[in-house]
Amino acid sequence: MDPVIELAGLSVRFGNRDILHNLRVALSGRTIGLLGPNGAGKSTLIQTLLGFVPLSAGSANIFGHDIRQQTSELRALIGYMPENDSFIANLTAVSFVRMMGELAGLPHDAALERAHEVLFYVGLGEARYRLLGTYSLGMKQLAKLAQAIVHGPRLLILDEPTNGLDPPARIRMIRLIKEMKQTGSMHIVLCSHLLRDVEETCEEVLILKQGRIVHYSNLEEERRANKRFVELETVGDEKDFAGALTALGCECVGTGLGRLKMVLPAEFELREIYRLAADRDLQLRRLNYRRDTLEDIFLKAMEA
Amino acid sequence: MAVYKRTYAAYEGSLTPTWSRFLILPRYSFARLWQSRFLVMFFMACFFYPLGCIGYIYLANNLSVLSSFGIPAPLGNVLKVQPSLFLYFCWVQAAFTYLLTAFIGPSLVSPDLVNGAMPLYFCRPFSRTEYIAGKMSVLVFLLSMVTWVPGLILFTIQASLAGWEWTKANLWIAGSLFIGLMVWILMLSLLALALSAWVKWKIAAGGLLLGVFFAGAGFGTALNSVMRTTYGSLLNLTEVMFTIWSKLFRWPSDTGISVEASWICVGVVCAICLWLLIRRVRAFEVVK
Repeated sequence: MDPVIELAGLSVRFGNRDILHNLRVALSGRTIGLLGPNGAGKSTLIQTLLGFVPLSAGSANIFGHDIRQQTSELRALIGYMPENDSFIANLTAVSFVRMMGELAGLPHDAALERAHEVLFYVGLGEARYRLLGTYSLGMKQLAKLAQAIVHGPRLLILDEPTNGLDPPARIRMIRLIKEMKQTGSMHIVLCSHLLRDVEETCEEVLILKQGRIVHYSNLEEERRANKRFVELETVGDEKDFAGALTALGCECVGTGLGRLKMVLPAEFELREIYRLAADRDLQLRRLNYRRDTLEDIFLKAMEA
Repeated sequence: MAVYKRTYAAYEGSLTPTWSRFLILPRYSFARLWQSRFLVMFFMACFFYPLGCIGYIYLANNLSVLSSFGIPAPLGNVLKVQPSLFLYFCWVQAAFTYLLTAFIGPSLVSPDLVNGAMPLYFCRPFSRTEYIAGKMSVLVFLLSMVTWVPGLILFTIQASLAGWEWTKANLWIAGSLFIGLMVWILMLSLLALALSAWVKWKIAAGGLLLGVFFAGAGFGTALNSVMRTTYGSLLNLTEVMFTIWSKLFRWPSDTGISVEASWICVGVVCAICLWLLIRRVRAFEVVK
């Protein structure tokens, strides 16, 4: 698959300070998560991709277009939902979204039609004639999403889309992101502090720390790889039990206090564990299927 | 992507040409501005003086109308169309445009900055130059409608009534009207946009625009008195413009500053305003 975003030694410097340093990665997932602690350079990376911030070294391509040479063409392909408040208070939602559609190149009739459609789609249909200044925080987030998708971008960049949303609104936002992903016409870059949001929606994750890439992970592949990861808590002679499991092809590690972690081979059936435990009169107190959560991945990356 | 389906679909229709997109901003700005009754009334009031001038020009070229009303001929002979008529026209209309700009200007850029809408403009294929051109065209269009457009209409009416000889001898007045008022409009528009960009509170930006002229005039006069010079008048933008207009309309100026210095002063003011605008109108703010 052709990469959506390709960074080749991308560096950004403000004054004497390196903000992004030699980023090299090719991202091709339908949804790409961008993670990192505060000040890691996530927003700067997004602003660089949008052409707001000049590169100090390296290059970056989006859909094969150089972000320095073909900025205008690229911006026509991108929809951006900023993290902070971004609206015009004295415009109605319809006028606002329509104007943003027209600025992206839509003829005014088509922009009006699309404005109504996307506002209904994000759930602001009934409030679309209200002034944006009167909207609640959650409604403003949805209006920002509407303006980002009104022109049907090929790449949608969402910067903290669930910020300030209550649980039902957050679920709705996540559902919208999943739906847009499933249409297949759009790639999504999701920048969020909420690991759960990224885990629920993203296929690929890029973790930044102090302006450097500390981890790149294909979540889909990791989910598949970690599917047969099991944790056990036992009472009895776990060493003998672990030896028997190893003999059956499991990779088994004792972590003390009767706890075992193991990776099961492909054809292994769980009932074998119960049979071996029964043969040895070993009590199984707990059995968990476990996989590395995004939190584990993130914490490991932060420790690196 | 029909409304009733409530599903997302990409847009696959045609796109507008890039060059035409700066015209989108004035369209939305005008739609918003004309919702104000006060603005509509004031805009209409700006045409009273040009209408009076049309009446004056008509009467000056048709003295028989006065005599039919029983007005004696010597009084009728006072009515003459001279270049000073157009200079006074510039003065009066400039005062109206000044107030109009103080009312409209601050509402152009500051609403976008207050709520951080700039990234939404510039993440699209839309440049800062197009943004400034779009916002400025609102003021340029409105101010033109009450200044050099009616000025040229007055000139055309006078030319049609006075004949070819008068037109040939006074064609320079049309050029002076256009150049003099366009310079005023450009300076006023840039000042209004720059102040609107730096002072996000609309009322304060409007007040500051008035302050630039009044405070400049006061400070200039004080400087002239203290330093025993005339260069303080360069801080008084009204006198600067009067000097330029006087030269353009071949009228004696008593401001004490040279025309060259006045042109340089206007150029410097416009350059500073442009610099301020470029510093402020950007997709993100650099926090130092």
